Amino acid sequence: MLEVRDLVKIFGGFVAVGGVSFDAPRGSIGAIIGPNGAGKTTLFNLITGHLRPDRGRVTLNGRDVTGVAPHDLCRLGVGRSFQRTNIFPRLTVFENVQAAFVSHRGRGWNFVTPVERLYHAETRGLLESIGLADRAGEVAGFLSHGGQKQLELGLALALEPEILLLDEPTAGMSASETREAIRLIAEIARERGLTLLFTEHDMEVVFSIAERITVLHQGRVIADGPPDDVRRDEAVRRVYLGEHH
Amino acid sequence: MIQKVPWALIVFVAALFVPVAGSRYYTFLANDMIIWALFATSLNLLVGYTGLVSFGHAAYFGIGAYATGILMKKAGVSFLLAFPAAGVVAALFALVFGFFCVRLTRIYFAMLTLAFAQIVWAICFKWNEVTGGEQGMPEIPYPSFEWVERVAPWLPFVGGYKTSEYFYFLTLLLVAACLWLLRRVVGSPFGRMLTTIRENPERAEFIGVNVRRYELAAFVVAGIFAGLSGGLFGIFNRGVFPDFAYWTKSSEVLIMTLLGGMGTFFGPGIGALVLILLNQQIVSYTQYWPLVLGTVLVVLLFGFPGGIAGALGALSGRLLRRARGA
Repeated sequence: MLEVRDLVKIFGGFVAVGGVSFDAPRGSIGAIIGPNGAGKTTLFNLITGHLRPDRGRVTLNGRDVTGVAPHDLCRLGVGRSFQRTNIFPRLTVFENVQAAFVSHRGRGWNFVTPVERLYHAETRGLLESIGLADRAGEVAGFLSHGGQKQLELGLALALEPEILLLDEPTAGMSASETREAIRLIAEIARERGLTLLFTEHDMEVVFSIAERITVLHQGRVIADGPPDDVRRDEAVRRVYLGEHH
Repeated sequence: MIQKVPWALIVFVAALFVPVAGSRYYTFLANDMIIWALFATSLNLLVGYTGLVSFGHAAYFGIGAYATGILMKKAGVSFLLAFPAAGVVAALFALVFGFFCVRLTRIYFAMLTLAFAQIVWAICFKWNEVTGGEQGMPEIPYPSFEWVERVAPWLPFVGGYKTSEYFYFLTLLLVAACLWLLRRVVGSPFGRMLTTIRENPERAEFIGVNVRRYELAAFVVAGIFAGLSGGLFGIFNRGVFPDFAYWTKSSEVLIMTLLGGMGTFFGPGIGALVLILLNQQIVSYTQYWPLVLGTVLVVLLFGFPGGIAGALGALSGRLLRRARGA
């Protein structure tokens, strides 16, 4: 469903992403891992249109979406969450998710209907499924870090994506929060038949849910395959062991 | 509940009685406040709701004033057409200028709005044939009110008023209507999209909001209402002058917005009211009015970042809690 071919991004001579190719088949759960500075976030930004690649192609369901602006891309079924928590902090939890529904369903150019009336049931339902129903009235910026991450997932899901790109969905979470968040994400992905692509630091998380792992190192793919193959890969071992010694 | 009191309605009704109860001077002062309240509220659509700080909002105020003024004085067009024309012309300019401004962010956005406003000012200042140049355009006629006394003498508040007082009533009604419209816009899905842009433009993009297009729309809507307030102000002021579009006017309206509080819908209106009142009162005691204003602003920005409206809201909240606790 998502195909990335030979993506290149150079920042003033520094090769952040140097010719990355991989596939995310429909319904799969894929992880992109790699040491700090490997180019994971840049790669995400290239796929989601925040950055324009210097070379290469991104296709979604056979359609070329290279460099399509984020607000157009998310209409094509791509949902995304960010590494640094990215919500609307001074709106309530409910208003956050409701805004995503309003925008995604093209009601944003309505100047007269009071917004309170729109998408109540949908918003309630979604908050229910991400476990934030009882926090609906709270100001989003006051949620715990984990709560804000959950809300971000909610914002992405309100766009009814076919593929969900999560950039470090558990960054900054405690071990128990991480387990809970991953369980939730995997459950939602399975329920909705989503294609999932995420980056992650925590190897335990990666190997517990990913069906396919792409390892980046210095902007290049050094391994790509099922977890067991990647675990045994020589190059991967060198990169990860090298980092720790 | 303090929130449930229809404050806007109470203020509106009270304002209706100003010409009856107060002197001509108070009617004049109230008229001034009402027009500036609309001007400041229109700016707040950008500053408070979309998170765009414009330093050149006076451009659309000035353009509206000239549009109405030129139409009424030079072309003899009725107010009925000349007033909406202020909004239309201001909207067109806001569309063109805004097209460029929303391509920039933060301070660059602010500087470009200022630059466009200064261009408008310079044109008004130099283009003698159309704008009257430096001398401006004095003696903009009042709309005619004779027909009101003829057609509907039974209406309340009709009969025996001076033209300037009729104009006050007209201003009050039109501004009330404009504020009602703005309030609808702010509470609409469109308004919510603007709020998401203020909160987090990057994230807004990724829930499918075309940030630039929404910002441009907000810019145009704000321009329309600034233009309408300018149209009223030219008549009220008995003349239109280039300094309507000068940067000092832009800063004045920005100060009103901050003073009153950009976090609430009526904050900027309150700011307009308080600033004009303070100005009138303090100028009669001391020539150092800007010094006093500066001090008030410093205290406010540090002590009450939510402005007057924010402080009032916090105070009423505290009183409520105390009342409940007792």
